[in-house]
Parts: sequence; C-alpha cells; structure tokens
Amino acid sequence: MEFLYASEVLVNGLMAGVMYSLVALGFVLIYKASGVFNYAQGVMALFAAMTLVGIMEGRVPFAHMINAAFGVHVENFGWTVPGLLAILLTALVMVGLAIAIEKLVLKHLVGQEPIILFMATIGLAWFLEGLGDVMWGADVKVLDVGLPQGISETVETVTNNWLGYGFFIDRLDIWAAVIAAVLVAALVGFSQYTKQGRAMRAVADDHQAALSVGISLQFIWIMVWSIAGFVALVAGIMWGTKSGVQFSLSLIALKALPVLMLGGFTSIPGAIVGGLIIGMGEKLFEYFVGPMVGGATENWFAYVLALIFLVFRPQGLFGERIIERV
Amino acid sequence: MKLKLATVAFGALMAAGPAMADLVVPNLSYRTGPYGANGTQYADGFNDYFTLLNERDGGIGGEKVQTPECETAYNTEKGVECYESTKGSGALVYNPLSTGITYQLIPKVSADKIPLYTPGYGRTSAKNGKVFEWVFNAPANYWDGASVAVKYLLDQNGGDLNGKKIALVYHNSAYGKEPIRTLQELSKKHGFTLTELPIDPPGQEQKSQWLQIRRDKPDYVIMWGWGVMNQTAIQEAANIRFPMENFIGIWWSGSEVDVKPVGEAANGYKALTFHGVGMDYPIYDDMKKFVIEPGKASQGGPHVGSVLYSRGMYAAVVIAEAIKKAQELSGTSAITAAQLRDGFEALDITPARLAELGLPDFGPEIKMTCDNHGGSGMSRVQQWDAAAGKWNLITDFTEPDQEILTPLITEDSEAFAKEAGITPRC
Repeated sequence: MEFLYASEVLVNGLMAGVMYSLVALGFVLIYKASGVFNYAQGVMALFAAMTLVGIMEGRVPFAHMINAAFGVHVENFGWTVPGLLAILLTALVMVGLAIAIEKLVLKHLVGQEPIILFMATIGLAWFLEGLGDVMWGADVKVLDVGLPQGISETVETVTNNWLGYGFFIDRLDIWAAVIAAVLVAALVGFSQYTKQGRAMRAVADDHQAALSVGISLQFIWIMVWSIAGFVALVAGIMWGTKSGVQFSLSLIALKALPVLMLGGFTSIPGAIVGGLIIGMGEKLFEYFVGPMVGGATENWFAYVLALIFLVFRPQGLFGERIIERV
Repeated sequence: MKLKLATVAFGALMAAGPAMADLVVPNLSYRTGPYGANGTQYADGFNDYFTLLNERDGGIGGEKVQTPECETAYNTEKGVECYESTKGSGALVYNPLSTGITYQLIPKVSADKIPLYTPGYGRTSAKNGKVFEWVFNAPANYWDGASVAVKYLLDQNGGDLNGKKIALVYHNSAYGKEPIRTLQELSKKHGFTLTELPIDPPGQEQKSQWLQIRRDKPDYVIMWGWGVMNQTAIQEAANIRFPMENFIGIWWSGSEVDVKPVGEAANGYKALTFHGVGMDYPIYDDMKKFVIEPGKASQGGPHVGSVLYSRGMYAAVVIAEAIKKAQELSGTSAITAAQLRDGFEALDITPARLAELGLPDFGPEIKMTCDNHGGSGMSRVQQWDAAAGKWNLITDFTEPDQEILTPLITEDSEAFAKEAGITPRC
C-alpha cells in the first residue's frame, strides 16, 4: 500500500510539474529570443487572467477611475462574453501589450546590458500589477471557462480495479497536461516550420547576424512578447481556475524559477522536463521526508533540487553550454 | 528665501497631516499584494464607521476622527515603517491586521505608550493585561478560536472526541502556528489525534497535504489560513470529496472571498466568527444615509456588509467606544494615547449598548479590565450557503475552555515578562 501511496504522490507531482512548466515556458520564450529574463512573466499571467475575467463578465475597465472622475456609477456593460471569444480578445490585448512594451520600453534599450533590460522588466512588473488593479479591481475573481475540476472518477475506478487503491488525479491537472502538450507542440512547430519561427530562432542565435539578413528585430520582439503573453494567458487560466484570479497568481513565477534553473533558460523541452522533475521531486520529498522535518518542504526543496543540478550542469539540463573565449 | 521655504513646508505638512485637534486613528491597511483582496474589505469597514461618526455625530465627543491610511501590503517591515511614520501624528491606537506586524509592534508600542488593538489576531497571551499593558485583543484570540472549534466538535459528537482524528491545516507563519499548542493540549484532554499540516504561504499548491488527508481520512479538518490559501484549501477539500460540514476554518478563513471562487462545491463549509455578518442591522440605515448615499463610503462601498467589512467596522466600533470611555474618565475630549489605554481597560460593551449602536447581537459582550485585555473569548460558528451566497450563523456565542487556556496564557505571558524584564502589574 505504501508503494501505491508513493506512486499516487509521484503522479500528482508530475501533474503539478506541468502547471509549473506552463509558467516557465513564457520565461524561456523571451529569454531565448532576446536574452532578457522577464521578471514580469508572473504578473503578465495575472494581468491576462484579470483581463479575461473582465471581458467575460463585461466589466467596464477603469470603472473606479471613471466613477470618481465623472461622478457616475458604471460597473458593467450589461453583457457577458463566451469563454472562447473572451480568450481570443484577451490574446489581442496581450498583443497590444507586447506592442506597447516594445515601443515604450525595449526600443529605447537596444544594445544595453542584459541587467538593464532585466531591471526594466522589474519596473514593468510593478506597472502591470498596478494597471491590472486599476483596470479591473483588486477583488478575488472567479474564472470559469468550462474547465472541469475535482477528482477523475475514471482514473479512480480504473486504478481501484487494477491495483486495489483508487488514485486521485485532478481533472484540471489532466487538462493542464493536455494543453501543455498542445502548446509545446505548437511552439516547436512554429519555431521549426514557419518563416517567422525561423526568424525568431535566428535572432536568438545572433542578433547582429539576423539584422544583417534583413530580419526586423522590432517585429521579432513584438512577436515573442505576444507569444509569451499568450502563454501567460494559458497559465493564468489554469492557475486562475484552480484558486481564483487574484494577486497571488503573479507569485507562481516563484514556482517557475527552479524549473528554469533546472531545465535551462533557453530550452522549451527543458521547461517541461524541468517542471516534471521539480513537481515530482518536491512532492516525493514532502511525502517521505516532510513528516520528519515538520512539513512544508516544497517551496525550499524545489530550489535545493535546482541548485544540486546546477552544481553539475550550470546551464541547466537542456540549456546551451556557456563558452567564453578570451 | 529660507523663511519662505519653511513656510511652504510647514503649510504642506499641515495640509497633509490630520488637524492637530482631531483624534487620530491610523489605518495600517493593505490593499495591495497577495492579501490585498482581504485587507481592502477590512479597511473599508474600519474607515466607514469613523466616517459615519464624523458625519452623523460630528465625531466622538465633538472631536472629529481622522484615519490616515498607510499601506503595509501585509509586509512586516512595511508595517513597522508605517507605525514609525504615523506615530508622531498624535496616533491614539494601532490595528495593523497582521500577526507578524503585531509581534514587531508590541515592544514599540510599549515603549511609546500607544495602545495596540488586535481583535481576533496577534499575540494570544496579550490577553494578560498584567504583562501586556498596551495591547488589547478582545473579543477573542486564536486560542479561544481553537477551543471553540473543538467545543463545537464535542457538541457534534455527544461530548466525546475520544479516538477521533483531527487535522490542522495551517499557514506556515507566526499566525498559523498560534493554535498548535492549544490544540495539542485539547487533544490530550479529549483524546483525539491531532495531525499538523503546514502550508507555505501564499499557499496555491497544497496537493501533498490534501493527498495525505485523503489517505489518513481524518474526521475533521480545522484550518488556519489567509488569502489564497483558503480558496485553494476549500477547492482541494472539494476535489478529494472531503465532507464540507466537517471542515472548519478560523475566522480568517471564513469570508466570502474564501468560498465564492470555489462555487457550489464550497456549500456547507464552516468557519468561526466573533461578530455578525450582512446588512440586517439597524446601523446600516444610518450608514446608507450618512456614508453610502452621499458617496463618502471608502472605495465607493463595494463591500458593505461582507464578513471582512463587518470585522473592520466592528474593530472601529470597539475603538470608538474605548475613546468615548476615555473621554468620560479623563473629562477631556482631546484624549491622549495613555488615556485611551485607560478607556480600553474600563470598556464594557454590553448587549444593550450594542443594540443602542444599531448592532443588536452583533458580538459578545466585551468587558476589559486591567488584567483582562481579551474579553470573554466567545465566538460562534457560521456555515456557507452557496446557493444563497451567504453565511448563516448556526450556533450561539460559545465560551472557550478557560480551564485549558488560562494556564497557557499565564505561562506564555510570564515567559515574555521574564524575557522582556517586565514586572507584572494590576
């Protein structure tokens, strides 16, 4: 029975890892294409989820400000938008955001040190946090795009019949795994088989060389940030469905960090494998060692695990080998 | 030029700060950060009650009340900064809505001689006024809450919890760890097994803990959560089909924001409370007339009547009553912080007085003395009705088990007194 319990923990750890990977993917995309560690990725997920709920519920953006400035009382447009259409509209908002970021921030920092760009993304995170609250309010929002939650009875019944113990797997986690698989396939397909995708890879390999063959850095940056915005939207939907859309959603970035350290900052498969290892590792550690040390080991163990990997592979499991020639 | 600059600076200071004659009750709030959704509602209720007094009665004893806000983001360092930056404004009392900030402020308020009012949170043993001269935590503290939860379970089980299994799911912080000692003592007394399951804040990922609950099958789960941890825990409980009626949260795990994101699955979830909820109280007639309709409600009044709004308002009610008592005792309307402490120690909010305030049966009687800064500790249980979207009170106010709590409070406060070199008074 002990083995079955551990197996259940392992499977759930893998599922949790997929959820972490969804966040890590956004970081990887931007880092790969521009060498920028986007500190704002978690806040982008929050902002996207808030916008999605706002559009679905027909909320008036900036209602508080409008009410205060004009002495009116507007809250809702009086309509609701179906989930799929709202997702498309939110994706457009994220494209708009990517354009704004390129025009207002990145364009002015071309050629700067990566640390300057990193710091700009810290500023962006603060700005987006405030913008989201001002646009849609800081209250906890319920996000329901029709994704199922709760125990999968099929898995429980099948495992019970086969093994004598019904495994718990959350249906939302199963959906997350499917969505993550589709997302990764789409991203890999895009970068391998489309002109824009190849251009993106060219920029990632060498900015100067890409520019010299006529690739527009501006277009690529907007495209990459738009894709990262879409990935943030997907992560926001999954995590927002799980526990409501609220500020804490932006902190899921902390869960992605050890995944990136382990998987490598430049590898899409690395983000997935890293997520799975972290998810599985932290859950198994909590199961076996947690009770001996008072529990709550998951947050710190993920970082310890990543650090252990770093000792042996500083670039992460799938990261590009760092070669410095002097 | 220097004179002009000094005049401008002085003018700006006077314009920015509260008027010197006003009663200043700083509102150390948090409207941003991971706990902003909770803090906003509490801060609104706190502000609105003082606005009501200012608009309807011209303040307290003829003195207007100012509630300058300072954003702490539920961050202890920022909370201390807020305290330091506002204490010079003639601050009468602080209510930081954070156990972490409270622990940091206790030595500071004791040195500065400013009361600290922490209803339902903070350091539990501050109930002992002999040691904690400047801290008040009536009407109830965490240990009271733990005891009332167990008493409720005893009632549900014909007075016998022997052999039952109870799991405590708690926020892995100073706040979440507060009830452990009491629950351990209660488990010895009543013979139940206690399993402690810490969850690291903010608490979005709790799968391991709920898988353990699914395996161990405890009879009851008690929760000490805050913010996103609450919603996630209730969702996870629903996911593993844990019976909601056997899941009880402390009062900080029992507001609308905790259950609404979970939807229908949260139906039947229970939580403790030390005050009423909703707008079926006469006070809201005045609140509408003097605060909401004239557009003076904090943030426009989107949360009026919610659990956390009611709690913020209740904290303001107790502070206002203590101010009134201090004015009576001192014979002056412009009281000092030290006089307010005397007001707190002589406070007696009877059921009749609560009804007079437009809040009949809203809270338990609050009677504080020199040695009792924590009141009776009574609280009650409420249950969430998801279809109606409201909390229903399902028990009367229940007294905690003082036989267990009093020695614990004495032990903890005496240890603090020894450590801090305090000679107990009263």
